[in-house]
Amino acid sequence: MAEHDISKVEELLYTMKVEDVMAGDTIVVDPELSMAEVKHLMDTKQITGVPVVQGDRMVGIVSISDVIDALEKGLLLRPVKELMTTDVKSVTRDTSVIELVKNLGRRGFGRLPVLNGEGKVIGIVTTGTLLRSLLTQMEMSYQKKEQEKLQRYRASHIFEDISSDDTSIVLRYIVDDKDFTNAGKASTMIKKSLQRLGAQPPLVRRVAVAVYEAEMNLVIHTDVGGEILVTIRSDRLQIATVDHGPGIENLDQVLQPGYSTAPEWIRQMGFGAGMGLANIKRCSDVMRLMSEPGAGTRLDILFLFGPGGLSGAGGVRKKS
Amino acid sequence: MTIRDIIEILGGRVLVNSGDLDAEVPRGGAADLMSDVLAFGTDGMVLMTGLTNPQVVRTADMAGVNVVVFVRDKTPPSETIEAAQESGITLISTGYTMYEACGRLFQSGLPGRGPVKIEDDFS
Repeated sequence: MAEHDISKVEELLYTMKVEDVMAGDTIVVDPELSMAEVKHLMDTKQITGVPVVQGDRMVGIVSISDVIDALEKGLLLRPVKELMTTDVKSVTRDTSVIELVKNLGRRGFGRLPVLNGEGKVIGIVTTGTLLRSLLTQMEMSYQKKEQEKLQRYRASHIFEDISSDDTSIVLRYIVDDKDFTNAGKASTMIKKSLQRLGAQPPLVRRVAVAVYEAEMNLVIHTDVGGEILVTIRSDRLQIATVDHGPGIENLDQVLQPGYSTAPEWIRQMGFGAGMGLANIKRCSDVMRLMSEPGAGTRLDILFLFGPGGLSGAGGVRKKS
Repeated sequence: MTIRDIIEILGGRVLVNSGDLDAEVPRGGAADLMSDVLAFGTDGMVLMTGLTNPQVVRTADMAGVNVVVFVRDKTPPSETIEAAQESGITLISTGYTMYEACGRLFQSGLPGRGPVKIEDDFS
């Protein structure tokens, strides 16, 4: 196994929880059931152990070795409650898998029932369910990586593959006002798109920071939301954020670092420090803010690419 | 210093592991002000913060930050966890305060940015 795969397994062990690797719809048995009936159940359901449940509470567990034991001693007609294991180790839904691995398979614990807060059985984990989940996750992560590689390859060739005198790609994103849960999603998509188009990390970061600040401005300061237009050409990238919100009274004032009209709840979330436009200006080559009270606001941000275009080393920078 | 070293130094708990725990972390920073993160963030950096809303992860992502440490044992809401899984950011929680978390990492040799002026350009 390659080193990379080992670290992926390790990562999964650390981040997955019991609920991700357990089998739900667990078969349980009543304490009064005979061992012969349990044997029959195990045969037909192809299982090797089953929790014993009275009312809603787990009182023990009976495994195939208990059944063999009963068979040898001629106790198959005795009820489960007399032959089950009562000292049962259990886990909860949010136990980490790394914790689970420490207990599973040790001291004869071939399976661990998963209990909720009231002691009710909600699932079961065995080495089998664990292995299956890990393999599925590995497969999914591999496919995701391959898919991303393919998408990157396709997108990065778009300027070569499409013939025209001047090709441009226009991306449009709608941003809702006061929608904090989704705030930043447009910027996340723009960042991802630029990476797929083959842009280098320094340029990606400059654009991402600028467009994120601009998106937060739409969320925080407009009462109607707005839109973000990204135009990518072979030699430049232009961002325009447009809203039909309240507009800005004093343009000089809002450009002052530290000036802010953000309400308290925005500040509590770590925003509204009055650094947004300063950050945008710092990251971009040209920034232009146009606004009038009652007539909305438009912010244009321009990034110029250096030799090599979008995928070049980072672009032409203005002198500061 | 690797992400694994950071976890050990801070006695941290991994909430989301989005990549290689042996990846090198070049420097660290701390802020509760997201504009500050956007101003000083650099590629691969670790960010210490006391905020746990999903915007912290999105901000970190935009600024190139790879690892976010929540101080004072804070556990983020599920939206934050999901945002980190989507954008490939590793989340760690530590019992130390912001001051001590930073101090321990700095003492162990993890550098910061040095003096930063508002008009500085880091890209």
